[in-house]
Amino acid sequence: MNTPIRRLTTVVALMFVALMVMATSVQFVQAPALNADGRNVRTVYREFGRDRGPIVVAGDAVAVSTPVDDVYGYQRSYPGGALYAPVTGYFSAALSSMTGMEAAANPVLNGTSDSLLVQRIQDLITGAQPQGGSVELTIDPVVQQAAWDALGDQRGAVVALDPQTGAILALVSTPSYDPDPLAAHSSAEAQAAYDALLADPADPLTNRAIGGDLYPPGSSFKLVVAAALLESGDYGPDSEVPAPAELQLPQSTQVVRNPGGISCTANDTAPLIYTLQESCNTTFAALGMELGQDALREQAEAFGFGAPLEIPLRVTPSVYPTDLDEAQTAMTAIGQYDVRATPLQMAMVSAAIANDGVQMRPYLVATERGPDLEVLRTTEPDELRRSVSTETAEELTAMMVNVVEQGTGSAAQIPGVDVAAKTGSAQAGEGRSPHAWFTAFAPAEDPEVAIAVLVEYGGNEGDLASGGTTAAPIARQVLEAVLDR
Amino acid sequence: MVTITEQRARSGRGVELVLLLLALAVGLYAYAQVGLATTGALPVGMAVHGGSLAVLALGTHVVLRWRASYADPVILPVVVALNGIGLAMIYRLDQAYEAADRTAGFADRQVLWTAIGVLAAVGVLIALRDHRTLRRYTYTAMVAGLVLLLLPLLPGLGKTINGARIWIGIGPLSFQPAELAKIVLAVFFAGYLVTQRDNLALAGPKVLGLQLPRLRHLGPILLAWGVALVVLVFQRDLGAALLFFALFVAMLYVATERLSWVIIGLLLFGGGAALAATAFPHVGARFDVWLDALSPEIYNRQPGGSYQVVQGLFGLASGGLMGTGWGEGRPDVVPFANSDFIIASLGEELGLTGLIAILVCYLLLAERGLRAAIGVRDGFGKLLASGLAFVVAFQCFVVVGGVTRLIPLTGLTMPFLAQGGSSLLVNWMIVALLLRVSDSARRPAPLTGDLPIAPIAGGGPSVPVDGGMPEADDSSPTEVVRLR
Repeated sequence: MNTPIRRLTTVVALMFVALMVMATSVQFVQAPALNADGRNVRTVYREFGRDRGPIVVAGDAVAVSTPVDDVYGYQRSYPGGALYAPVTGYFSAALSSMTGMEAAANPVLNGTSDSLLVQRIQDLITGAQPQGGSVELTIDPVVQQAAWDALGDQRGAVVALDPQTGAILALVSTPSYDPDPLAAHSSAEAQAAYDALLADPADPLTNRAIGGDLYPPGSSFKLVVAAALLESGDYGPDSEVPAPAELQLPQSTQVVRNPGGISCTANDTAPLIYTLQESCNTTFAALGMELGQDALREQAEAFGFGAPLEIPLRVTPSVYPTDLDEAQTAMTAIGQYDVRATPLQMAMVSAAIANDGVQMRPYLVATERGPDLEVLRTTEPDELRRSVSTETAEELTAMMVNVVEQGTGSAAQIPGVDVAAKTGSAQAGEGRSPHAWFTAFAPAEDPEVAIAVLVEYGGNEGDLASGGTTAAPIARQVLEAVLDR
Repeated sequence: MVTITEQRARSGRGVELVLLLLALAVGLYAYAQVGLATTGALPVGMAVHGGSLAVLALGTHVVLRWRASYADPVILPVVVALNGIGLAMIYRLDQAYEAADRTAGFADRQVLWTAIGVLAAVGVLIALRDHRTLRRYTYTAMVAGLVLLLLPLLPGLGKTINGARIWIGIGPLSFQPAELAKIVLAVFFAGYLVTQRDNLALAGPKVLGLQLPRLRHLGPILLAWGVALVVLVFQRDLGAALLFFALFVAMLYVATERLSWVIIGLLLFGGGAALAATAFPHVGARFDVWLDALSPEIYNRQPGGSYQVVQGLFGLASGGLMGTGWGEGRPDVVPFANSDFIIASLGEELGLTGLIAILVCYLLLAERGLRAAIGVRDGFGKLLASGLAFVVAFQCFVVVGGVTRLIPLTGLTMPFLAQGGSSLLVNWMIVALLLRVSDSARRPAPLTGDLPIAPIAGGGPSVPVDGGMPEADDSSPTEVVRLR
C-alpha cells in the first residue's frame, strides 16, 4: 500500500502548489485591478486611519484630525463649522465618502501626494505613522464672516476674489451644514445626520456658489452683452441705442418690457451707458439680436462660460445655450431663457473687467505644507484667458461705476470709494420670486476685490426682491469688509 | 556478512519541545501584536488566552512523552502554531466587531473549544493505546457515520443555518455531526477496505486498458456516492459531500492501488455535481459565482450573489505580498471573516507571504500524517492515517481553493484556524489519531519479541523466521524493517 500512499502524497503536494499559485495570482497578479475596483471599500477605509493634515485659514484650522481610541484612530472635526463647510466639505469614515477640499486636496492631506515622497520613505524606514500635510486656504476669515452675516438666513451664495491674482477671499453658500456629525465614527449617527441633510428642503448640501444648481443670471448678464457690443467696435458708451417701452419679439407672441413696464427714457433711444445704468431690457434684447447668438456666445465663452474649472473644487461650467432663434437670442441677452451661471462665474466676469480684461484663474489653496511645515507648493497666480481688450475693460468699468453712482446699484455706494457693479433680477420660473443678483468690484480705479452675490428666490423680500434692493446691500457689506482690512 | 548493531532510536521529544516553544511564540506574538495594533496595549485576555494555549500545548507534550513517546515531533507544534494564529485572528476580528457594535466574543469561546479539543485529543492518546483497537468497531463505525451524516435531516433536531442543514441543536448548543463523521467514516473505510482490498483489487474485465472492478464490488462505492448525493441535495452541503466522497475514493485507491477506482469515482462525482448544478439553483449559483464573480450582475444577485467571494478577493488583494500587518487591515468587511473566510482575513493582514507560510504548515501536517501511514506496519493503520491526513489536506484545498476562486466555494471550515467548536474538537481528535499512528510507525520494533522479523534484503531466503505463513497482511509488515 505504500506506492499509492506515496502517489497520494504527490497529489496532496500538487493541491497545495495549485493553492499557492492561485493565491499568488489573486494577491499579486490580480491585486492592482481588485484594489482599483469601485466596490472595494478598503481603499476608502484606509484613508480614515491616517493622521490627516489640517485645512488652515489665516493660521487657524477649519478642519483638523485628533487622535481617538477606536478602530479608525483619528477623528476629523471642523472648528470652521457651517461657515466653512462649502469649502472644507466633509470627510466621513462611516459614510465612506469625502467632499469639498477634503476630497480635492486629499493626496496632500493624507500624505500620499508625490510631493511628500521623501517624507513617506523616511516614515517607512523609521516606522513612523504616515502623517498628512496641511493645506492653507486663500480665504480671508473677516470677509468670509462678513458675507455669511450679510446673507443671514436667506438662501444664496457670495463669492469674493482678488481680481489681480484670482485668490478667492470668500466662498459662502447658505444654508450650510455642520460637517462634524457626518464625520462621526458611528455609522448610525453619521447616516442619520446625512439623511436629515438630504431630506432638508433647503438643500444645505448643495454648494450654491460653484456647483449643483445653476441660476439664470438675469440682468447681470448684460455685462457680457455690453462687452460684446464694445468689442464689436461699432458701439461706445455714448452710442445712441434703442430703448423702447416694449419690444415685440420676431416669430413670437412674447413682448419684452422694462422693469415696471415703462420706457427707460423719454425718447425711444438713449446712450448705451444710460441703458446699462437703468438696466433697460428692450435695449439689450434688441442689441442682442443685432449681434447674433454667435457673437454673444463667443463673448460669454471669453468670460469662461462652458469651460470646466477646478479651484481645485470642481466648478459646474456655466451654460450659454445653443441653436437659438432670434427671440431666444433676445431673451438670452437679458439673462433669461436657457443661459445659466454660477455665482463664481459672475464674479469672474467682474474680476476680468476689473483686471484690465484679463481673467485670472480662481484658486482656493494658497500653500501646501508637509507635516514638518516645510512648504511643498504655493499657488502662483495664473492668467486664465483674456476676456476683453483693455479699452473695453476701461469703458465697461466706467459704465459699471455709473450704475452705482446714478442707477440701479446705488445701494452699494461706499463713501470715498468708486464701486463698479451690475444688478440682476432673474425670473426663476412661474410663480416663484426672482433671484436677486449683484456683481461688483472696488475700488474701480485700483480693484482689490471682485464679488458676486446671489439671493435665491428673492430671499426675505420675496416677490419684491431685486438685485439693487436685495443683493446690493449684501455686496456692500462684503466690499467694506475687504476695504477696511 | 550482515552485522546487526542496535542503535537507540530517537524519540524526537526534545525536538518537539523546541518546535513547540517556537509555535507558542508565533501564536503569542500574533496575539500581542493584534492588541498593540488595535488598542495600543497588550490584549486584556493575553494572560488567560495565551496562558491557556501554552499550558494545553505543553501539557499535551508531557502526555506524549508518557503515552506516545515516539510520535512524530512535528505534528503537535504545527497544529499549535495554526491554532494560535487562528485564535489571534479571531480575537482581532472581535475587536473590529465590538467597535462596530456587532456580536463579538468569539475568541473566548474559541479558547474554550481549544481546551475541549486538546483534552479530547489527550483523552484519545491515553485511552487508545493501540490504533488497531479501532478496527474492532468497523461496522459500528459505519452505522454511526451514516447516522451522524443524516442526523441533521431529523425534524426537531436538525437546524438550518445560513441555508445549509448541517447542524443539530440540543438546547443552546449546536454541533456539526458531519465533522465527527469524518473520523468515524475514516475508521469504517479503513476497517472495511483492509479486509475487502483483495476482492476490490481483483481483476475484472479490462476495457480500454482500464482494469474495471466486478459489478458486485461496485456496491460500496455506489453506496458512498448515494450518501454523498443525499447530503448534497437535502442538506445543501456541497462541501461535506465533496469531502466524504474524496475521502472514500482516496482510501479506496490506497487500499486497491487501482487507478480505475479513482477514475470511476471522479466520473461519478462529476456527473452528480453536473446534475446537481442544473437541477438545484443553489448549486448552480455557486458555479456562476466561481466562473464570473466580478460581473456586476452576479455581484448584486440576491440570493446567490458573489458579494462574499468578491469581498474576500478584495481583502486578499489589499494584503498584497506583505500584508497590512496584524490589526491594520479591514478583514471585518468580509462576511464570515472569522469562520469560512478566515483565510481571506489572514491573507489580508499577513499577505501572500503569510498565507503561503500557513499553507506550508498544512502541507507539513498532511505530509507527516502520510509519512506515518507509510511507516506504520499494519494495513488498517496505513489506511486510517492516510485517510485522515488526506482529509485535512483536502479540506484546506477546498476552503482555500474556494476563497481564491480555484474551485467553486463550498461551506467548509479551515481546520484549526476557523472559528467553530465542532471543527476544532474533531480536528484535534484527528491529530491525536495521527500522533498515535505515527508513534507506532516510528517506535522501533523490538529485536527480541513475538513479532516476526523479516530478513534483511539479500540476506538469505525469504522465509518467515518462525516458519508460519503470515495470516493476514494487517498484522505483518508490508515493508521490510530496516535495522542499522
